[in-house]
Formats: sequence, structure tokens, C-alpha cells
Amino acid sequence: MNDCITYAAPEPVFAEPWHAQVFAVTVALNEAGRFDWPDWAERFSKTLKRHGLSRELDGGEDYFTAWLETLEALLIELGEASPDRISALRNAWEEAYLTTSHGKPVRLRQE
Amino acid sequence: MPHDDHDHPHALLPPEPALRVKALETILTRKGLIDPAALDEIIDTYQNKIGPQNGAHVVAKAWSDPAFKAALLEDATSVVAELGYYGRQGEHLVVVENTPEQHNMVVCTLCSCYPWPLLGIPPGWYKSDAYRARAVREPRKVLAEFSVTLPETTTVRVWDSTAEIRYLILPMRPAGSEGMSEDELAVLVTRDSMIGTGLPKVPA
Repeated sequence: MNDCITYAAPEPVFAEPWHAQVFAVTVALNEAGRFDWPDWAERFSKTLKRHGLSRELDGGEDYFTAWLETLEALLIELGEASPDRISALRNAWEEAYLTTSHGKPVRLRQE
Repeated sequence: MPHDDHDHPHALLPPEPALRVKALETILTRKGLIDPAALDEIIDTYQNKIGPQNGAHVVAKAWSDPAFKAALLEDATSVVAELGYYGRQGEHLVVVENTPEQHNMVVCTLCSCYPWPLLGIPPGWYKSDAYRARAVREPRKVLAEFSVTLPETTTVRVWDSTAEIRYLILPMRPAGSEGMSEDELAVLVTRDSMIGTGLPKVPA
């Protein structure tokens, strides 16, 4: 175990744009009453605990990876998304990025 | 060159998790469960409007106004709500006061519960396994790594946040700050001093 906590200041609130996005989606759903925060915290802490078994989490990228996994599982459980649907749209977005000229806005093709 | 067409004939492909987040956003937006404009507003709020300056305002006010301080220690949630600091992750706030006898520090061993309305989004180290595990087990050693050394006679108490209760530390007003205005005092209050892993700045 790394016993040294490195303290670097100041740091950006979100290191990656997708960290901000997944955070905002979760807060928006909570505000809309789709789940309450204690429930979220309990689920999220379970994911963190599971991920932390195999390696030490640094609270950066791995923190939001656990966050995203928790949100996906929660939405699937609530019946708001399915693994197939997530995977289909993930592929559609990948294709949109790969087929959009650099500098142009990336949009999903009409399905 | 960051925008070299030879390197990127198409738009730069975001990392895998970013594609998965976009997939969720699309699903939820199409169902009318989220609004992309609202997401931008949430991000803007947490990136630019909410941060440790809010907590610093509260601490400086407590240092300047004994009646406010007494009320704050009694019922922090409603006192800070009156200043406009309320909302997500600030539902039940408890303020604990540092004294020469007792230094307080905050951790969330469960995940990363933190008083968002007063301090913003927690720093990476607060969310790390190392801090979450060691703050409780060996707080003095952790404090030393943050360059905080306390007198032997000061006890250290660690407060474990939950999804229901968040803590804010009221640090001791630094020596040499007598006669300073509330605004001048607020500048001395660092984020870490309100988590308990730091001390306020000492006036120059």
C-alpha cells in the first residue's frame, strides 16, 4: 500500500469532460427524484469497495469509472436502460466520431 | 499541432467511458428524463460557482460574530441555508469547532460524502483509498503528511461523513488576525482547514 498521500493544489474540479458529464447526469436524475442520494451513496460505496479489493484506488479516473459503473447498473435496475441499448448507442456514438470531419459538430446519425 | 488534419482526419474519438456516458445521456434525453441544458448548468455551478469560498465566508463570519458562531454550532444546516448555502449534499450539516484541546478532521470511509454547497467537489485525495483508510487509523501521520503538526496535548477526533450527515470544521482563528474584517479573514480560510487536514493561513 502506498502510504504517501500526495497533495497537489490547485486542481481542476473535473479532470476529464466525461467526469463532469457523468456527475451531472447523476445529479440531474437525483434532482428529478429518480433515486435518493443515500441510496446512490450506498450503491456507489459498494462499487468502490469491490474495485478497491484488487488495487488501491487513487480517487481520480478510477473514482469516476466506479461512478459510471454504478450509474449504469442503477439505470438498468430501474428499467430506464438496458445493456443492449447502452452498447448500441455507444457504438453509434463511436461511429459518429469516426465519420465526422475534424472540427465539425459530432451528431448521432438518425436511427 | 493540436489540430493537425493529418493526424485527425475525423473528430477525435473520446475515451471508452466517455462513449458510454454519451450513450446514457442519449437514452435519458430521449426519454425526457434529463435535459442537456440542465446538465451544462449543473457542471457550470460546480465548476465555477460552488467552492471553498462559500465555507470560508461562513468561517470568517463565525470568527467575527459570536452570536452567529453559537447558532452555527447549534444548528449549522439552517444557519448556512440563510446565507444561501444549501442543496445537494448539504442537507444535514454539522459544524465542529477546533480548540487547543481538540483538533477535528473529516473523512468519508464509505465513499466521498462532502459538504458540496460549502466546499464544492472534493479533491482527489479525499476520495482516495489511502486517505479514506488511513484518516481513521493513523490521523496524526496523515496530518503530518499535510504538514500539520499539533501539540502532544491536543487530541485528534475524526468525523466520518455519511450520506445523511456532512461535517465542516471551524478552525481556530489564527493569531495576528485581530481587527481584521470578515472579508480579510475569509482569505485566510483554506479548503483544507475546513476539512481538518490544514490550518488557516497566518496573516503576513
